[in-house]
Amino acid sequence: MAKVTTPKPKETANIDHSPPLMKGWMNTPAEIRPGIYCYGAKPKNLEAVGMPFPKEWNPEDENWKLPENWKEIIEEGFKDRLDRFRSFKLFMDICVRCGACADKCHFFIGSGDPKNMPVLRAELIRSVYRKKFTKGGKLLGQFAGARELTEDVLKEWWYYLYQCTECRRCSLFCPYGIDTAEITIIGRELTNLLGLNTDWIAGPAANCFRTGNHLGIQPHAYKDMLDFFVDEIEGLTGIRVDYSLNRKGAEILFVTPSGDVFADPGTYTAMGYLMLFHYLQSQGLDITWSTYASEGGNFGYFTSHEMAKRLNAKMYAEAKRLGVKFIMGGECGHMWRVLNQYMDTFNGPADFLEEPVSPITGTKFENAKSTKMIHLVEFTADLIKHNKLKLDPSRNDHLKVTFHDSCNTSRGMGFLEEPRYVIRNVCNNFYEMPPNTIREQTFCCGSGSGLNAGEDMELRMRGGLPRANAVKYVHEKHGVNMLANICAIDRAALPTLMQYWVPGVEVTGVHEMVANALVFEGETKRTTDLRGNPLAGMEEEEDV
Amino acid sequence: MNFILSIVVSSLAVVILVLIPWIGVGALDLRVIFGILVPYAAMATFFVGIVVRVVDWARSPVPFRIPTTAGQQWSFPWIKSNPIDNPKGNTGVIVRMIFEVLLFRSLFRNTRLEYRRTAEGMPKVDYEWEKWLWLAALVFHYSFFVIFLRHFRFFMEPVPGFVALLESLDGFMQMGVLPLNGLGLPGVYLTDMLLMMAVTYLFLRRIYISQTRYISLPADYFPLFLILGLGLTGILMRYFIRVDITAVKQLAVGLFKFSPTVPEGIGVIFFIHLFLISVLIAYFPFSKLMHFAGVFLSPTRNLSNNSRFKRHINPWNYPVKVHTYEEYEEDFREAMIEAGIPVEKESE
Ligand code: SF4
Ligand code: SF4
Repeated sequence: MAKVTTPKPKETANIDHSPPLMKGWMNTPAEIRPGIYCYGAKPKNLEAVGMPFPKEWNPEDENWKLPENWKEIIEEGFKDRLDRFRSFKLFMDICVRCGACADKCHFFIGSGDPKNMPVLRAELIRSVYRKKFTKGGKLLGQFAGARELTEDVLKEWWYYLYQCTECRRCSLFCPYGIDTAEITIIGRELTNLLGLNTDWIAGPAANCFRTGNHLGIQPHAYKDMLDFFVDEIEGLTGIRVDYSLNRKGAEILFVTPSGDVFADPGTYTAMGYLMLFHYLQSQGLDITWSTYASEGGNFGYFTSHEMAKRLNAKMYAEAKRLGVKFIMGGECGHMWRVLNQYMDTFNGPADFLEEPVSPITGTKFENAKSTKMIHLVEFTADLIKHNKLKLDPSRNDHLKVTFHDSCNTSRGMGFLEEPRYVIRNVCNNFYEMPPNTIREQTFCCGSGSGLNAGEDMELRMRGGLPRANAVKYVHEKHGVNMLANICAIDRAALPTLMQYWVPGVEVTGVHEMVANALVFEGETKRTTDLRGNPLAGMEEEEDV
Repeated sequence: MNFILSIVVSSLAVVILVLIPWIGVGALDLRVIFGILVPYAAMATFFVGIVVRVVDWARSPVPFRIPTTAGQQWSFPWIKSNPIDNPKGNTGVIVRMIFEVLLFRSLFRNTRLEYRRTAEGMPKVDYEWEKWLWLAALVFHYSFFVIFLRHFRFFMEPVPGFVALLESLDGFMQMGVLPLNGLGLPGVYLTDMLLMMAVTYLFLRRIYISQTRYISLPADYFPLFLILGLGLTGILMRYFIRVDITAVKQLAVGLFKFSPTVPEGIGVIFFIHLFLISVLIAYFPFSKLMHFAGVFLSPTRNLSNNSRFKRHINPWNYPVKVHTYEEYEEDFREAMIEAGIPVEKESE
C-alpha cells in the first residue's frame, strides 16, 4: 500500500454537491480511493476475538477472498437482522426519499460524493433488500429500485458503511426518524460476517478484549502512565496526588477511555481527573481506577452488537469483583451512547450495585438509578452547584473557549447543559458556535465510529469540514483558541482537523480546564496551565 | 436508471392506468367490474395489506432503546430538561409523536446547505432557511385529508354536518372572488387548488434539486403522478365534464352499504377517477406510502430516553463470550505483582 498523500485544504475545498445529471447511481460502482478508506482487518485481530473469515486482504484489490457462499451468508444475516431489529425492518420500508437528510451529513458536505447522502447510503442496502425480500423488487427490478447483490455492490456497501460515523445527525431531520446510523451499524455487522472489518476497528477491539483497553496497554504500563501524570502534576502544582488501581472495597469504580491515558491532549484531561479525585479525597471520595476495565470506549460497537456487548461486559464484571457501590465514567462520546442506550440491556441488571449518590454532596443521581453509572461531568457539575470546589476561572483566561458537542452524547443522550455549566464555571471566555452546528444539531468531528485512522486522513478532513467551519467562525469573530469537548476521539481527532482547517485552535477536555482552575490548599503558585503554557498575566514570569 | 427514464416510466404507468377504465368502460362497458369489483378489491387490499404490514413490523422486537435525543436530558432539578424532544416518560413521547405526526416537527428543522468558497479558495459553509418542503408536505397532507372528508358527501345520506361545514369553509372562495364564479360553475375549493399546487411543487423540487433528482426512484414519481391524475379527473368532473351527481352518489352509497349498484348515465370520467383512487389505495400497503403507519412505530421517535433509570429488556439477549478477569490476570499476573497492582491470586 503506497503512502497516501492528503490534498491541501484548498484542493479539498473544491467540492461539487451536484450529483451527475444523467447517470443513475445504481449502476455506478464505487471507486475505492486511497485516503478515504481504512485498511482491511488483519487476520490476527479477527482471530483474537473469534470473528469469522480472517484473511490478509487489500480493499483496493480485485479479489476480496470472499467465501464461496458469501451471498447466502449475507442473505441469511440480513433476514436474521430484519427479524431481530424493528428499526432495521422499518427503515428499509418507509423512506420516501424526500431528501431532507441529504445535505445534513458531514461526509456529504465535505466530499460531495452523492453516496454519502444518508438516504443514498441507506439505499445502497435497501436496493438489495427490495430485490431479496419484497415482491415488487423481485418482479420489477430496477424499476422498483431493486438490484442484485453482486461483489461490486458488496464493495460499495463496505466503502460507504465505513464512511459513516454513526453520528445520527440525519436521523434528527428525518420526518420518520429514520436513523442511517442504525442502518450502518447493522450493515457493518453484515460485512463482519465475511471478515470485512477495518483494521482500525478490529485492532482496538481485539486489544480491548485481551488487555482491557483499545491501545493494548498492559496493566503495568497503565500504572506507569498514571505515575508519570502524578509526577507531572507535582511539578506543576507541588501537590502529589494519590490514586489507586484495582482496589477492592472502593466506593466508586472509575472507567475512562484509554486514549486519555496515552495520547495528548487527552493526557491532560486524565491529569485533570486525577487532580479532581485527589482534591475530593479529604471530602470523602473513595474511588479506584481499573486496569481490567481500562477502556470506556467500545470499538466493538463499530463491529457488531454482539462485540459491543462482549467488551462492555467488563465494566459490570469489574464493579462486581471490586465490590464498589457504583461506577463513574469519564469524558467520552460513543462510550456514553453505549452506556446510556445499551449497557443495562446488554449486561444488566446491575443489582449488585447501589443507586449512585454523590459522597460529597449527597445528591442522588436519579437518572442513573438502573445502570448505576454516572458521568463524571454531571458529578462535577453537581459539585460546582454545591460549592464544593474552590475554582479560579481566571487561570483559564489565556483561553477563549468554544464547546463541541459530541454526536453521541447529544443525539444519543441529550447531555448538553452539564458540560456547559462546568465550562462556564471554570473559564471566563466561552463562546458558542452557530446554533445549527451545536447541541442536538452538532456536527461530527469526522473521525468517529472507528474512522480515526491515519490512512483515511482525506476522508477525516472532509468529514470534519462542517465542524471546522463553525470553529473558524468563532475563531475569527471572538478569537477562540480552544475547542473543548467531552470525548476521547475528539481529543485525538480534532487537533489534526484544526491544524488542517483552522490553525491556531487547540483542543481540550473539560476536566483539563477544571483542573487548571481548581485551587488546592498548599499548592505552589501556578504560572502555567497543565500543558506548561503560561497563564494570562504570567507570560513575563515565564520568560525570566 | 436516470431521472428522465424514471419519470417516463412512472408517467407511462399512470397513462396506462387512465386508459384501462377508459377502454374498459367507454368501449367495453364493463361497468360492474370498474364500478364495483375493482373498488372492493382495492379496499380489501388496502385494509388487509396495511394490517399485514404493520403486524409484520411489530413482530420484530425493539431490542434497544434508541431514541434520537433532540434536547437536554432529564437531569438535576436545576437543569432545564426538554421533556418533548428528549422525553423521559410516556407523556413526553406522546407529545413528541403528536408534534411529529400532526406538525412534521422533524421536517420543520430542515435547512439548506449553502456551500461557497472565499476568494482564497477556502470553504465557507452555511445552513440557510428552508421550510418549503415542510410547508408543501403539510399543505399536501392536510388538503388531501380535507378532500377525503369532503367526499363523505357522496358516501353518506344524509350528508353529515361536519362535511357540510367543511365544504362551506373550504369553499369560501366562491363568494364572487373568482372569475369562474360568474360562469355558472360551482365554487372552487381551496383544498383542490392547494393539493394540486403542493403535488406540483413536490414533483418539481424532485427534479429541480440535484440531490433529490439523483435519489428519486420511479416509486417516488408514480404516486405523485397518480395523485395528480386523481386531482385532475376530480376537477374535470366538477367544473368541466359534468357527471350525474345523483347517480354517482347512488353508486358510492351502494358501495358503502354493501348493496352495490351501477346506475345508468355515469360518465367515463368518473370511472377513471374511481379507478385511480382504487389503484392508489391498493398500491398503498406495498409502497413507501406506508410511512404513514411506520412513523408511529419508529424507535428513534416513539421511545423515551429512560434507559439509564429503567432497564430496557432485549427479548433475544443471549450470553456472549467475554474475557474474564481471571483470564486477564492469568495473562498479566507477574507484571501486575511487580508493579504493585493488587491481584486475586499470588503466583505460586
Ligand atoms: S429524511 Fe428520511 S424519509 Fe427523507 S430521504 Fe432521508 S431517510 Fe428518507
Ligand atoms: S449517521 Fe451521520 S455520518 Fe452516518 S449518514 Fe447519518 S449524518 Fe452521515
